[in-house]
Amino acid sequence: MSSLVLSTATRYLLPVLLMFSVFLLIRGHNEPGGGFVGGLTAAAAFALFAIASGVERARQMLWFHPRTLLGTGLLFAAGAGLLAVTAGSPYMTGLWTSFEMPAVGKLGTPLVFDVGVYLVVVGMVLMIVLELAEE
Amino acid sequence: MSNDHDTHRTQDQATQAAERMLPLVPLGIGIALASFAATVAAGNAPSLQLPWVPSLGVQLSFQLDGLSLLFGLLICGIGALVLVYAPAYFGDHPDRHRLYAWLILFMGAMLGVVLADNLITLFVFWELTSVSSYMLIGFKHESQKSREAALQALLVTGIGGLALLAGILLLGHAGGSYELSELITKRQALQNHPWLIPTIVLILLGAFTKSAQFPFHFWLPNAMAAPTPVSAFLHSATMVKAGVYLVARLSPIFSGVPIWDDSSVVDGSLTALTGGLLALQQTDLKRILAFSTVSALGMLMLLLGLGTPTAVQAAMVFLIGHACYKGALFLVAGTIDHCAATRDVRKLSGLARMMPLAAVAAALAGLSQAGIPPAGGFLAKELIYESALKLTTWVVPVLVLVFFANTSFVAVTALVAVRPFFGQPSQASASAHRAHWRLTMPPLLLGIAGLAIGLWPQTAGLFLVAPAVAAAGHAGDDVYLKLWHGFNLPLLLSIATLATGYVAFARWPKLRAQQLRLRWLYHWGPETGYATALQGLRSTATWQTKMLQNGSLPVYLSVVLLAFTALVGWELVDHIDIPQSGPWLEVRPYEVCIPLLIIAAAAMAVSTDSRLAAVCALGVIGFSVAMLFVMFGAPDLAMTQLAIETLTVILFVFVIYRLPRFTIFSNRIARLRDAALAVAAGGVMTAVVLAATFAHTPSRVTPFFIEHSLESAKGRNMVNVILVDFRALDTLGEIVVLAIAALGILALLRLRIDASDSEESGERRQAEQYERSPRASRSLP
Repeated sequence: MSSLVLSTATRYLLPVLLMFSVFLLIRGHNEPGGGFVGGLTAAAAFALFAIASGVERARQMLWFHPRTLLGTGLLFAAGAGLLAVTAGSPYMTGLWTSFEMPAVGKLGTPLVFDVGVYLVVVGMVLMIVLELAEE
Repeated sequence: MSNDHDTHRTQDQATQAAERMLPLVPLGIGIALASFAATVAAGNAPSLQLPWVPSLGVQLSFQLDGLSLLFGLLICGIGALVLVYAPAYFGDHPDRHRLYAWLILFMGAMLGVVLADNLITLFVFWELTSVSSYMLIGFKHESQKSREAALQALLVTGIGGLALLAGILLLGHAGGSYELSELITKRQALQNHPWLIPTIVLILLGAFTKSAQFPFHFWLPNAMAAPTPVSAFLHSATMVKAGVYLVARLSPIFSGVPIWDDSSVVDGSLTALTGGLLALQQTDLKRILAFSTVSALGMLMLLLGLGTPTAVQAAMVFLIGHACYKGALFLVAGTIDHCAATRDVRKLSGLARMMPLAAVAAALAGLSQAGIPPAGGFLAKELIYESALKLTTWVVPVLVLVFFANTSFVAVTALVAVRPFFGQPSQASASAHRAHWRLTMPPLLLGIAGLAIGLWPQTAGLFLVAPAVAAAGHAGDDVYLKLWHGFNLPLLLSIATLATGYVAFARWPKLRAQQLRLRWLYHWGPETGYATALQGLRSTATWQTKMLQNGSLPVYLSVVLLAFTALVGWELVDHIDIPQSGPWLEVRPYEVCIPLLIIAAAAMAVSTDSRLAAVCALGVIGFSVAMLFVMFGAPDLAMTQLAIETLTVILFVFVIYRLPRFTIFSNRIARLRDAALAVAAGGVMTAVVLAATFAHTPSRVTPFFIEHSLESAKGRNMVNVILVDFRALDTLGEIVVLAIAALGILALLRLRIDASDSEESGERRQAEQYERSPRASRSLP
């Protein structure tokens, strides 16, 4: 499946799509988006890259093994709630900083949680897609 | 390379050092417990409470009274000696570390059982002993016999454990507390409670299975598949006495209730009889000892059931004596096995020359078991006869029974502790090697302990027996142990026992041959019942797995759809009326196009005989649904749907290469049936959506989220706020499920790759063929 058009296009599409996925992730709290759809977008971007340039290149580009992403994501999601426990509130209570970032809004533990969801989704989809695409 | 070697050696040294230190754990606990001996003897019971589940009345509460102290010291003492013994027995067995871990865990659990004051706490520790016993019996897990014996022990004691739990719950509800110390004060109320009989039956079931009482005794001899140090510790000295402990512990509450006393007496007698008879049929040292342990456990149960002060006192003395001599004899059996490589009593003789210390240990233990003065066993036997003679009813049957059991003990002693050591060395004995001190010192110490009880009966009586008798509900002041009672009936009975036992031993081969003729009886024994039940369970499981999980995806889908259609459809028809009028007609023309497209694509998906076309058609359906979401104001859903559809198509593209040629397997009738089911399911789903849309039940959830999502969760996208904040725990659960599913899929993919290695060439040929076919080459990218 080597197509010059596809591989050249993907080289430019991958960073754009990844940026878009992060954009979806961080705007999710106020506008349509979120960790789940962001993760799917990022995974689709890598899947596209794998089709265009081969699984080996895709794995290199990903840098982390999908299962590392999966585990890290779970750690983020479960850990985000623990911060509240150390502050004396029940597990999973949202903690917020007063600091307001442009485009993101207030920063808080729910964003950390959403990052976790993002990573789990990316890890899960790529684990299966790359395994299937291998060979 | 040499570095690697050094690391190994350092590790080995560390392991050995740890092995040497291990006995210090039980020793330390034992000394700590012993330091309370004077306090306990004075009638106090130190206690400790830690909250666990206070709302359910469950707390980690412990109390150290006489009974706990007696058991605790036995557990720690024998535990320490077994741990001294084990390193020499196991040598450098690669799995020995696991065994030590389980032994220590077992010891902790057993201490928990005897120290717990809260019944739920007691139960948890009780089950832990069963679990660790399972792991220890199954230590030689390569052998099927070990595994089966482990499972048998676990199932029998586990079923009893469930009964015990039910009994404990009844008792706790009836008494309003799970604390033993509190329940004992409510004896009167509990004995008049309507649940008394079920409570007693369930608790006794737990105690009887654990202590291998008839008809559950069969698991104990089979548990001899465990390594001998384990048998010595768990299956003679401690764990199997947990049932006896429980009965003694609850006697202050239930004694006097006929069913409690009589069950223990009758079943204990049967057990003592069965064990005593079967012990003399065996030729394996360990199995002889195991059946004689069954007999001893029956005797203990019988004595507790009799419930007179003398009987309870006899039970306690016998318990100590038995733990010491049986532990010692098991350890000696292990030593013989280790050095002479056989446990067949017929092949062993003249071992005393090779292992004099083991012979001394066996002789000391034998003195106690046969009840020869001045060993502790003699005290126990005198007391047993005395308590039988003091009975007001059932004197003769009980006397005959205990006489029989004691005779059997004497014969077993001669068989196990005397015969292997004397006479001309047999072939196996001659080739035996000398025993390491670790293999002889522990049994020797146990033998000496048994002797010490007989030599200093008053000390033992004051610090061990009297407080235990007091805890079992009798005045401990009556306890006055002495070796010499003068010439009386018990002494005469003792002498008669010795004589009869010797005769039984002398005629053992003949006796055994006679008994073996009754072997056909085993076919109707309780173990056959166990095997039948297990076999039945297995075939039922196989049958229902075949029925419910036959591996056919179409069948699974049909069942799911059929159930959905039938249940939801019935509910809809029965309860909900779909309004005839509604905003039906306010549909804009372009909105009609999309459903039409969906219908066309669905028709395409089911009618095409090209996989790729079907996938594309499904994609069209998915994207059309996403369009609907966009039109009706659900951008979040639309985006997710689009992303999912894209990925699904990608996944299909990867998978489609691996699939064999498209073939239609089902016949016309099957397809018509499936079509009908599909239409019905779709129809019900449509009806559900309509009903949900038209139903005007005001939601209480939506206003809450509208109100709170910006204010307390600081987000304007309500859907996302629900996902990551209000319902974050649900989301966490979902992503965990996702992760597990991903791992499962990965495992399946890998499995498939491995399994198809051999068929790979065939599959590839098929795939190539597929690619070459005109239709496929047209549609593949």
